[in-house]
Amino acid sequence: MSFFESQTLPAARRLFLGHSGLLLSGAAVALLAGKETLAASNAADPRDVQILNTALAAELEAIAAYQLGAESKLLQKPVLDLAVTFQGHHKEHADLLAKTVEKLGGKAVAAKPAYSFPVEQLKSQADVLRFAARLEQGAVSAYLGAVPLFANRDLSKAAASILGDEAMHWAVLRQALGEVPVPSAWMS
Amino acid sequence: MRRPLVVLLAAGLGAWLDLGLAAGAHAAPDASRGEQLYARCAACHALAADRVGPRHCGLIGRAAGSVPGFDYSPAMRRSGLRWTEAELDRFLAAPLKRVPGSTMTYDGVDGAVDRADLIAYLRRADKSPACRTAGTAR
Repeated sequence: MSFFESQTLPAARRLFLGHSGLLLSGAAVALLAGKETLAASNAADPRDVQILNTALAAELEAIAAYQLGAESKLLQKPVLDLAVTFQGHHKEHADLLAKTVEKLGGKAVAAKPAYSFPVEQLKSQADVLRFAARLEQGAVSAYLGAVPLFANRDLSKAAASILGDEAMHWAVLRQALGEVPVPSAWMS
Repeated sequence: MRRPLVVLLAAGLGAWLDLGLAAGAHAAPDASRGEQLYARCAACHALAADRVGPRHCGLIGRAAGSVPGFDYSPAMRRSGLRWTEAELDRFLAAPLKRVPGSTMTYDGVDGAVDRADLIAYLRRADKSPACRTAGTAR
């Protein structure tokens, strides 16, 4: 049964999430394939490790931000489910980035004991959605700024895969806010 | 009193030239547009809080690598830079070329106008309530 053939929303959602998992596995393969290539040639670029670690730090903060949103009691279903799903994506990104840093011979950054979020500005579901959307938009720009820097093009490819996921998060959050989901033809 | 036609024509030509020069001149940096561009920084930076990157309140004029408690890269701590507007423009154009080893692993902000607008926003933001409340680290 395909996503479009499913008769119920929960069934469609399960199928969608299942397929998302497959897509993320594809990104994982790309990242680890990049590592194997580097390991074989013994030519891991320290800058690649730093780029991955900076991305990892941002992913860890995003996980904490979604946790804040999920625990805020401001999110109602199905928006709450959406936030938890997106947080799960960030956890997968972070897990893979950390493993890749380690396999490239680096030391993966750890999550901070505490993050500084504008909690006082979060008073409604819309506030939380705007907060998350801004982080996701920034994440797209950050990955866009990182993709051309990798010495290893397999890592660029994997980072671009994550960028696509963040862009979808941003669009869906904007849609949930009643905004135009894709406001322009380009990201910068 | 009626002015001679040649005087009116000269005045009109002068006004037209003024308009043309104004249109061709560089516009002043647009802080409001810079605020929109600042969304690009939101994965790592905030005005009044340290995140993946250090806070931006108090940035203009601050020595690089000097926010107390922030875990800078050795490269940034040793850079000896001071964030004047000219230095910010150079850094934002290509962060890793200006400070190799920086953790700001970002290709850069293309376009001098975009950088000028972004810097204008950072200058304006420094006077915002968020920055005044947070205080600055210089």
